[in-house]
Amino acid sequence: MRFDNLVDSVGNTPLVGLPTLSPSPDVRLWAKLEDHNPTGSIKDRAALAMIERAEAEGLLTPGCTILEPTSGNTGISLAMVSSLRGYKLICVMPENTSEERRQLLHMWGAEIISSSAVGGSNEAVRVAKALAAEHPDWVMLYQYGNPANAEAHYRGTAPEIFADLPTITHFVGGLGTTGTLMGVGRFFREHKPDVKIVAAEPRYGELVYGLRNLDEGFVPELYDESFIDSRFSVGPRDAVRRVRELISAEGIFAGISTGAILHAALAQAKRSHDAGERADIVFIVADGGWKYLSTGAYEGTLDEAEDRLEGQIWA
Amino acid sequence: MAIDVRIPTILRPYTGGERSVDGNGSTVSAVIDDLEGRFAGIRERLVDEAGGVRRFVNIYVNDEDIRFTGGLDTTVADGATIVILPAVAGG
Repeated sequence: MRFDNLVDSVGNTPLVGLPTLSPSPDVRLWAKLEDHNPTGSIKDRAALAMIERAEAEGLLTPGCTILEPTSGNTGISLAMVSSLRGYKLICVMPENTSEERRQLLHMWGAEIISSSAVGGSNEAVRVAKALAAEHPDWVMLYQYGNPANAEAHYRGTAPEIFADLPTITHFVGGLGTTGTLMGVGRFFREHKPDVKIVAAEPRYGELVYGLRNLDEGFVPELYDESFIDSRFSVGPRDAVRRVRELISAEGIFAGISTGAILHAALAQAKRSHDAGERADIVFIVADGGWKYLSTGAYEGTLDEAEDRLEGQIWA
Repeated sequence: MAIDVRIPTILRPYTGGERSVDGNGSTVSAVIDDLEGRFAGIRERLVDEAGGVRRFVNIYVNDEDIRFTGGLDTTVADGATIVILPAVAGG
């Protein structure tokens, strides 16, 4: 494959079968390897789509400053595209995210404003919205409400999967901005409505939920629950256990959030197998494990890994 | 055997600081009624005026979001775990 530049190589990622973890030849698991994108995560798709839409609408011109609340991957993707297109990027990121993410953002030239660990990404969103109000010349792409985020998956991720595996029965993705699930969900509702859309949502330590009252909760503006069929909450212990299984059984080295997604995918595989139903279950490998080595999730016992992840935003 | 209900930090003033309480009932709604009997006011924080789960509250039975399994009418078996969490951002 040949491309004129790096951003042209975003997407068209491999779909890889999991012969060991699949319960039978009739119930098969398939991994969509989004770590093959240029900065190593699925967020390259959304970042590129949001920037190109803003350019097309005339909001972004060379020299502009982009502002974005992000726990890491979206910021890294935006930083890469921004550095090639001549934008300055400021990321608002919770302080309880991994050190690798900070170093990578700096390498691609982004500036980081840290938000308090308490409240996690909710707090980053709040701080970014306040900064946007103070600096009307900055362009906040706002991944939680930008339709181009979901559109990237409606136009890219989903049709790629459908072309590679027309027999798909289930899609399992992570729930963060909800962009992946909204885009893929809408595509299959229109093109193969019997495909079940399953959401895996990371469950963090209590610090991250430390809100003052329930009215300060956050549901992304993109979220439309009619595009999904079930939603599972997965804690760090199951996520770490599964991410280790993925590397030992199938040789795939994935980030911790992928462990949470695989946990939901394996639960679905077991249900289909027990019911005697054929299934082709596609799940997302959102990124590789490289950025999370310093969290300690990949060594020692599960108890130790769980303790180390307490209070961290690991997805 | 009872149902284990996990209470988020912000609702612990209702449970005397307890992070986990036992509940009884065959549906989520019945368990919440049972809790309300001992922890007055907690139901109103979880259920809205229309009788659904509040917008910024997520309730899971054995890790599955009840909005996709019948809402407050979702059945719960003895020994089940109910987790209540505020909605947070990801990404």
